[in-house]
Amino acid sequence: MIQTLINPKQIIAARVAKEMKDGDVVNLGIGLPTMVPNYLPESVNVILQSENGYVGLGPLEGEIDPDLVNAGGQPSGILPGGAFFDSVFSFELIRGGHVDVTVLGGLEVDSKGNLANWMVPGKMVPGMGGAMDLVTGAKKVIVAMEHTAKNGSSKILEECRLPLTGKGVVDLIVTELAVFRVTEEGLVLEELQEGVDLQTVKEKTEAAFRISSAMLIPA
Amino acid sequence: MKKIISMDEVTSIFKDGMTIMAGGFMGVGTPEDLVTALLEADVKDITLIANDTAFIESGVGPLIVNHRVKKVIASHIGTNPETGRQMIAGEMEVELVPQGTLAERVRAGGAGLGGILTPTGVGTVVEEGKEKLTVDGRVYLLEKPLRAEVALLKAYKADKSGNLVYNRSARNFNPFMALAADLVIVQVEKLVEVGEIDPDDVMTPGILVDKIYVQGGSK
Repeated sequence: MIQTLINPKQIIAARVAKEMKDGDVVNLGIGLPTMVPNYLPESVNVILQSENGYVGLGPLEGEIDPDLVNAGGQPSGILPGGAFFDSVFSFELIRGGHVDVTVLGGLEVDSKGNLANWMVPGKMVPGMGGAMDLVTGAKKVIVAMEHTAKNGSSKILEECRLPLTGKGVVDLIVTELAVFRVTEEGLVLEELQEGVDLQTVKEKTEAAFRISSAMLIPA
Repeated sequence: MKKIISMDEVTSIFKDGMTIMAGGFMGVGTPEDLVTALLEADVKDITLIANDTAFIESGVGPLIVNHRVKKVIASHIGTNPETGRQMIAGEMEVELVPQGTLAERVRAGGAGLGGILTPTGVGTVVEEGKEKLTVDGRVYLLEKPLRAEVALLKAYKADKSGNLVYNRSARNFNPFMALAADLVIVQVEKLVEVGEIDPDDVMTPGILVDKIYVQGGSK
């Protein structure tokens, strides 16, 4: 658990980990979100759901079983107490509100909690896979992403420009600079990451946001 | 009724323009010998229903690469670059469906239902052209059932009457595709006598399985 956070992805994953409660059923998107379990304290055990059909996703141990992969198609393991099921049941869990938290990456998020992360028109279109069901059905949707795109432009917008994955679905946005909560009145800045000042966040965030009352009280 | 068939018998089943569904998630749980038989049948203009288009050289991917598919209905095409290329070039039609919706549409097709109502995709491009219904104040999309002429399934084990047992995460779309096609062909790794699978352990009852191809079986 005591690890030095050296890059933006680690900072984001470590902060997302603080959102998890012991016993939560969690679905993690491909990429950065899969780093979150590395930062969970020992007192918090979550049950990972893999949308291709099981709960109890764990690290690969021992020999590779070609029939056992995670939702990214990578060889994986299943922990004691896990269970396999078919894809209908897997998405009943997801859509039916039986998954407590999902953590996904994002291309764009906006002040209304809209998320775009499945296609860029004119470029390759990978498809939405299970993402649209996850953002619709999970009890809490956390977007874990770097604050700006490679060209430096803000990924937190007043309104998404890319085709949406879900409308009004995001609860929390965690970047390497800040944490925002999505409310009916728009974004609320909940936290600045360590060593980040408010001015930097204002400059790099296109969307307007309010500052949480908790942040205004000096610690 | 004799259900065990040879590779040549499988090959003779396919016709131009057929609608075919295949189990599997990125190739895991896809009956690759049956895919090979379909390739050898040299038929064209297939409508393919599958979770994804897998990879260039595995899963259902070779069907795309070898231009056997006129239209694919899938949730994810990003791991097979040839799918995206053919889609953009206008050589093949692609219908992208959220994974949970795809699973439910196939389930509906096999369950005698006129479709399903799902909140997934509301407010996104997925809702375009679809009927919307409001039930108890929540908006849903009417998603229509999917059926096929042939379903190609993969199981770990069958008895000679077609009762099936799947292995690990290779179950995915296979169990409910067994209900949604006129002809159901399963590829198995292991064939046992009737009675050797305990009825409590049967995952797909043999009454749904028309033909069994045993891996490494006769040509």
